Amino acid sequence: MYELTNVTKTYNASKRKITALDSVTLSIADGQMVAIQGPTGGGKSTLLQMLGALDRPTSGEVRLGASMLSKLGDHKLAEIRAKEVGFVFQGFNLIPTLTALENVETALAPLPVSGAERRRRSAEALDSVGLAERYGHLPAELSGGQQQRVAIARALVKRPDVLLADEPTGALDEDTRDEIMELLEGFWRDQGLTLIIVTHDSAVARRAERRLHIKGGKVTEVEAPAPAQVG
Amino acid sequence: MFGTYLRRELVNRRKQTIIISIGMALAIGLVILVNSISAGVQGAQASVLQSVYGVGTDITISQAATAPTAGANPGQFAFGSGSGTTSGGTTTLNQSTLTITRTETVFDATALDTVKATSGVSAATGTLSLTNLTFNGQLPSQSQSGTGTGTGTGTEGGSGSAPAAGSAATGGADGAGGSSFDVNNFTVLGLDPSGASVGPLSAVTLASGRLLTAADVGTDNAVLDSSYATSASLATGGTIDIGGTTFTIVGTVSSSGSDSVTASNVYIPLDVAQTLSSNAGKISNIYVTAASSSSVDQVASALQTALPTATVSTQADLASTVSGSLSTASSLVSNLGTWLSVLVLAAAFLIAILFTISGVTRRTREFGTLKAVGWSNRRIVSQVAGESVVQGLIGGAIGIVVGLIGIIVVNIVAPTLSGSASATAAGTASGGGAAGGPGGGGFGAAARAVASTTVTLQAPVTFSIILIAVGLAVLGGLLAGAIGGWRAARLRPAEALRSVG
Repeated sequence: MYELTNVTKTYNASKRKITALDSVTLSIADGQMVAIQGPTGGGKSTLLQMLGALDRPTSGEVRLGASMLSKLGDHKLAEIRAKEVGFVFQGFNLIPTLTALENVETALAPLPVSGAERRRRSAEALDSVGLAERYGHLPAELSGGQQQRVAIARALVKRPDVLLADEPTGALDEDTRDEIMELLEGFWRDQGLTLIIVTHDSAVARRAERRLHIKGGKVTEVEAPAPAQVG
Repeated sequence: MFGTYLRRELVNRRKQTIIISIGMALAIGLVILVNSISAGVQGAQASVLQSVYGVGTDITISQAATAPTAGANPGQFAFGSGSGTTSGGTTTLNQSTLTITRTETVFDATALDTVKATSGVSAATGTLSLTNLTFNGQLPSQSQSGTGTGTGTGTEGGSGSAPAAGSAATGGADGAGGSSFDVNNFTVLGLDPSGASVGPLSAVTLASGRLLTAADVGTDNAVLDSSYATSASLATGGTIDIGGTTFTIVGTVSSSGSDSVTASNVYIPLDVAQTLSSNAGKISNIYVTAASSSSVDQVASALQTALPTATVSTQADLASTVSGSLSTASSLVSNLGTWLSVLVLAAAFLIAILFTISGVTRRTREFGTLKAVGWSNRRIVSQVAGESVVQGLIGGAIGIVVGLIGIIVVNIVAPTLSGSASATAAGTASGGGAAGGPGGGGFGAAARAVASTTVTLQAPVTFSIILIAVGLAVLGGLLAGAIGGWRAARLRPAEALRSVG
């Protein structure tokens, strides 16, 4: 359960003050699938960073379950990320020198898990995204869709409460996009995750049960079919 | 995970690993080589010094030379009217004087007791440095001038063309023909025969006969430098005239160093030397061994306090007296070598640091991602530092190999260095005006305490050098890792991922 209360985030960029989030008040129930849309520079990524415990707001409160994220120090935030939040990125963000299996293992490294247990769970996660034959491959040896599957396995291997996906299909073709979305939806349904997807793609957004639009740092609920998006 | 990630990074970013490691290897190899050569040069200096001062001599004590008192003229020959034997119109003169070597000043032997009583002194011995001058020749009698028979014994004289009577009445001896003389000098060192563990005779090899022993105290026994003995056609069992006394040659010694002469031409018991040179109870040098090599400076300053007028020199002071190509090598190593090492080391560290920083910058997104999946700053910093340290260690290991190869090459090439050390500013003794005329004999070889030695440079490998190399490798790695890690830690995960959104 996310609770955001009057969250404002400002950046100082060469004498100019940019308000990325402007008094956002929002709550997201556990197990919801939410799509966040909006123009570039509207505050999507900033909102995702607040939700993902990557950054603290300038003012206001961000609460995830019992944790007041806006009040925690770096170390505690890292702990929350390690245990409760999974990330999937547009550019996959795999470590280029590590194999698929080792990339998945990185998510378990901060947790008190033995090496053998870490490898077993990582292999399971790769199996669950359909990459049982690709453990030893480096990212460069995998297709975009396969890389994103590895990234999803990495995000889910720690069994998080929340999965945050930042344009997860942005770099993929349509067929692969649908495969990835089906995979994500499958995990969402099966594991009772809270799934929050930032996307430009209305086809992706339409799959969500709740849609938010963010522009100029203000968040609005989208009830009807989403407005036409550029790009 | 740490090990896997580290290994993968080093293997898959091979180019960076190789460049950093090679830079580090060259620097560390150079440091090892310079250190080793420096140790070799020091060893060579010590070996040159040993040939002069003896093994185990840490400190020498002498007295600064003072101006001679009026009328004193060391080495002066004094021939009385009755001197020599005259026969056939030619006077044969033979006189030998034993005097203090010109640049030396004698002091009371009680100073030796003061030295021995100083704490930290393990052994000390006193010596008396003397020069023996011998005048040996024939001079035509003045009264015979002008009445020469024309068959003078002089080689310069014109046979059968004797000068007219009276024409050479005021002529000098040489003008008359028939003079032939030789002025010869050699150095004599009076030493305590029982104190061979320290002092000049501790660094010699017995060539023939025996060394002086405690039983030689008070006897006219002498040991000769073998080079001098050869040049003067003397041998063990023969005799030598020192200060008018005939000594028995009981042995000859040569320097432990290669083709070098020893500190003196002739060695005789100290008490005999004192008596013959009329210096009873006097010595000119004290050789001191300190109880521990680390206390040499302390002992030296204690001795200086105890003997305020004396000149107290340590081996380090003496090292500066070594001259020749050895001294060039020494200054080359200490100046160029050290600076080159520092420069190359700094360059290698800089390369490692810059590469690490650029690596961290390139991996901004990677570290941002790792922070997003929950890696703490500490974990990321130790990962970066770990990679750098291992790169440093690889460089260190290669560097040790490079350094050892360099040392082996130096030892195979074995460059020879010549060095000379003068124990005292050895003055060539002059014969007090006695030498003159075309018939004057050449001076004998005076080799007092100028040891010229050719030393083969051997670069030693010591554990401490290897330890220094490994330490530097770790230091370089830690430095690069700390700076790189600090950069990585400063990355805010949100900023690291900004390019993504």
